[in-house]
Amino acid sequence: MDGAKSRWLAVGRPDDIPALGARVVKTAQGPVALFKTRTGEIFALLDRCPHKGGPLSEGMVHGGTVTCPLHGMNIHLDSGQAVAPDKGCVPRFPIKVVDGRVWLGLTACGKPASTLL
Amino acid sequence: MGKERLVLVGNGMAGMKAIEELLAIAPDRYDITVFGAEPYGNYNRILLSPVLAGDQTVDDIILNRVEWYAENGLTLHSGCEVIEIDRFHRRVIAADGRSAPYDRLLLATGSNPFVIPVPGNDLPGVLTYRDIHDVEAMLAASRCQKEAVVIGGGLLGLEAAYGLMKQGMAVTVVHLEETLMERQLDRPAGELLKHSLQARGMRFLMKTQTAEIVGDGRVQAVRFANGSEIPADLVVMAVGIRPNTALAQRAGLYCERGVVVSDTLQTFDPRVYAVGECVQHRGQCYGLVAPLFEQAKVCANHLAGLGYRYYEGSVTSTKLKVTGVELFSAGHFQGGRDCEEMVLQDPSAGVYKKLVIREAQIVGAVMYGDTADGSWYFQMMRDATPINDIRSTLLFGQANLGDSGHGGVRQTADLPDSAQICDCNGVCKGTIVEAIVSKGLFTLEDVRAHTKASASCGSCTGLVQQILQNTVGNYSAPVITPLCRCTDHSHDQVRETIRRHHLTSLEAVFAFMEWKTPDGCEKCRPAINYYLIVTWPGEAIDDAQARFVNERMHANIQKDGRYSVVPRMWGGMTNPAELRAIADVAERYQIPTVKVTGGQRIDLLGVKKEDLPKVWGDLSKAGFVSGHAYGKALRTVKTCVGSEWCRFGVQDSTRLGIELEEMCWGTWTPHKVKMAVSGCPRNCAEATIKDLGVVAIESGWEIHVGGNGGMKVRATDVLCRVASAEAVKEYAAAYLQLYREEARYLERTAHWIERVGLSYVKQRLVDDAAGRKSLAERFHASQRQAQEDPWTKYAEPRHADKFQPLKEVS
Ligand code: SRM
Ligand SMILES: Cc1cc2nc3c(=O)[nH]c(=O)nc-3n(C[C@H](O)[C@H](O)[C@H](O)COP(=O)(O)OP(=O)(O)OC[C@H]3O[C@@H](n4cnc5c(N)ncnc54)[C@H](O)[C@@H]3O)c2cc1C
Ligand code: SF4
Ligand code: FES
Repeated sequence: MDGAKSRWLAVGRPDDIPALGARVVKTAQGPVALFKTRTGEIFALLDRCPHKGGPLSEGMVHGGTVTCPLHGMNIHLDSGQAVAPDKGCVPRFPIKVVDGRVWLGLTACGKPASTLL
Repeated sequence: MGKERLVLVGNGMAGMKAIEELLAIAPDRYDITVFGAEPYGNYNRILLSPVLAGDQTVDDIILNRVEWYAENGLTLHSGCEVIEIDRFHRRVIAADGRSAPYDRLLLATGSNPFVIPVPGNDLPGVLTYRDIHDVEAMLAASRCQKEAVVIGGGLLGLEAAYGLMKQGMAVTVVHLEETLMERQLDRPAGELLKHSLQARGMRFLMKTQTAEIVGDGRVQAVRFANGSEIPADLVVMAVGIRPNTALAQRAGLYCERGVVVSDTLQTFDPRVYAVGECVQHRGQCYGLVAPLFEQAKVCANHLAGLGYRYYEGSVTSTKLKVTGVELFSAGHFQGGRDCEEMVLQDPSAGVYKKLVIREAQIVGAVMYGDTADGSWYFQMMRDATPINDIRSTLLFGQANLGDSGHGGVRQTADLPDSAQICDCNGVCKGTIVEAIVSKGLFTLEDVRAHTKASASCGSCTGLVQQILQNTVGNYSAPVITPLCRCTDHSHDQVRETIRRHHLTSLEAVFAFMEWKTPDGCEKCRPAINYYLIVTWPGEAIDDAQARFVNERMHANIQKDGRYSVVPRMWGGMTNPAELRAIADVAERYQIPTVKVTGGQRIDLLGVKKEDLPKVWGDLSKAGFVSGHAYGKALRTVKTCVGSEWCRFGVQDSTRLGIELEEMCWGTWTPHKVKMAVSGCPRNCAEATIKDLGVVAIESGWEIHVGGNGGMKVRATDVLCRVASAEAVKEYAAAYLQLYREEARYLERTAHWIERVGLSYVKQRLVDDAAGRKSLAERFHASQRQAQEDPWTKYAEPRHADKFQPLKEVS
């Protein structure tokens, strides 16, 4: 595995996540939402909206953003930042797709979490 | 190929708006150079009046500072006036010799204040009112001078006069006409305005013509045509503006009053565009920002090479930015031959309202004193809403259509900054004003995005609009409201295109209608999905990813991410076996809360997502189906006990309620639909605040439509009376189908009927029996597909994955 601090876990195949949708992985650090965009990119964010903790995994995915289902805040999938003018940030998790499997890096981190298929 | 070069002449409000819009849609297309005669970045000219009045500073009103241009890759030549356009070599040349080549040129030179041609008009101390320089000169004068004369009693003149008065000067307004602001106000409103300004100490000389500005080395007095004279230390001329066409004219571009442009904002030279006060479009010149911003949007669209938008003119409204003066004017307020007028006058309260009606539509409005309904009238004017059905209460305002109101507040002007405007998100007036000023907001959408005010339930929208008007002066919107930020097409256009071109998927709509975003957004996806399935039932595939979570999960999401489950109880009826089944489910899955809802059924709250399929499976086995408490769909049919038990009951309301619910459940509608059936006019089922209400009468049934018991309470209108329960069902099916086919997504029946008019609904359902039958048939046809219980389906093991986490790790 790469990096001493990260722990990489195989969580499933890309096809397990619907395009423009999400699935959740429950971890000790809390629920992590794995989103898939139209182009097949996968992103992982903590499944808690910075506003009032809404489950982002249940939101609508469009372009590179997800709309929180509770009060409609939009979040950038790649950075975890709220779309301006809203403010707020969700922790990101790194994702790798290797040999048709999705790997989730389990240390919430600041580095970009995107990997193209 | 290198980037194309775009040059903007005129660093003002319209030109820079076009550039900002262009950067948003095509950030990399052009190298952009901006020439501005004024020595600053771009500022909000509208707010010069509050600066003059001392309520804001020049710093507050800057929209883009000089650094912003460099940061965004633009070249700015400020303090640099362009004096020549060499169209042959395609370059512009400035007075100081600087020049720039262009592939496309955008002219936005604004207008010049008109200076009346009288002797002495060039004396020191004679000013116009147009830019920061003028305001600074007025402020300087007010510090050491006493007497100010403002020539011109229009919008600008009065704002100048008010500002100077607030700076401590004694101010006289000289006006040629009989009425102040005669281009916006009729006589009575103009008089009210004059009285209120007089009461604050402003002096007026009406019907007075200026003959000469008198002074030796600087202004000392103003002399009039009638020979009289008044002293003056400062004279401000605010008698009108002239489109600034000099540069364009020298370059040989065709001009009349303004630079003549087409619907794509192109001048007669297609490489040269023009927007703002300098242009003339279809014979009209505009002097307010809202229409200029619409022009800017269209222009940006063409500069970006998209080429599908057209500017077709604007409807505008006006507001005077004088604190404490409530005034609103829009459209053809003077009326005319083919118009009728409706007037409300309450002199003691200082209230005057006039609506001008032509062919049952509002075409103009003037309001003084109470302008709370200005934006409502304006909206109806733009939508061409028929007013026949609300004539009698129209003048009394929207509140009298049954709006439960907003804590009784109707005027925002006198509220303190600490007053809470948005009760959902807790936003105060001061926060809204501060955001409008400091962030340069101009539209309701902007204010919602930045402050969250009125972004939740929306019932304070009118108040937020008033604050916006009071702060930036006017309000106007394009005649067509786009469905969302992904498109310029309206709801109606999208739906019509889906029908006409037989589009059956979201992708097809996005491609055909040139959506600006690849996947749409949270607003347009559900709307289009709805239009698709209602237009092409059985053919268009319902797209789960275009459904809001509640409709995708077939349960209501809760604040903590759990769900609530509401099974159907037909007509509010239940029995011991059903209650036992619910009790068992609640215990088996440790559901924390069991509640009786306001819709006569039982809610199981706090169900974990993983448990949903099992809960549904068990409920299905007990004979329940989904109650659609989560859907834009039929919710409940509330009933009373009716003739079966009640000593007053005249018909079997419970039976009819159950039959209606059995007929209508499962249908998707633009917004949620609620029904009720009462067994006699005592109306215990509250049928008169439902989307469809039925009240039993001795001779049969009375059918009611368009009620709402939510944020804006609206009592129903009576559609008709019928003799049999069968007839009620035919009307109900036809009514629902008409609503499904014609209302806009997220428009409840109450709003839909207010928009199209009760007469229209009656005409389609009551007068046209054949039409009613065919609507009802289409409803039943679509129900054959729709009445599949989603819970039974999703309880099947093959769907189990949807509800489980992808993985659990410790
Ligand atoms: C459960 C219930 C409250 C209760 O405990 O009784 C309820 C709960 C919700 N209502 Fe309601 N409404 C409930 C009866 C009502 C009623 C009363 C009625 O139906 O007789 C009204 C006023 C009548 C009306 O709609 O005309 C009502 C007017 C609203 C509104 C305002 C609608 C409007 O057009 O003004 C909303 C907001 C919306 O739909 O956009 C809303 C929205 C909601 C939502 C669905 C919020 C949401 O979008 O998630 C609430 C879900 C809470 C949750 O966590 O599950 N609820 N809601 C009632 C369910 C009735 C049912 O059996 O289906
Ligand atoms: C005091 C005041 C209050 C107002 N209040 C309201 C209100 O409440 N509501 C409302 O809707 N509207 C209001 N207006 C009108 C509104 O400000 C104008 O309609 C709007 O600013 C016009 O935009 P524009 O870009 O066409 O012109 P401008 O904003 O005037 O911009 C034109 C710019 O081009 C520059 N320029 C001209 N020629 C050249 C050249 N040859 N080379 C380089 N630069 C050049 C000018 O210096 C100017 O900066 C108000 C106007 C004033 C003056
Ligand atoms: S149930 Fe209805 S009224 Fe109660 S908090 Fe929720 S939305 Fe508001
Ligand atoms: S919790 Fe996400 S927007 Fe409120």
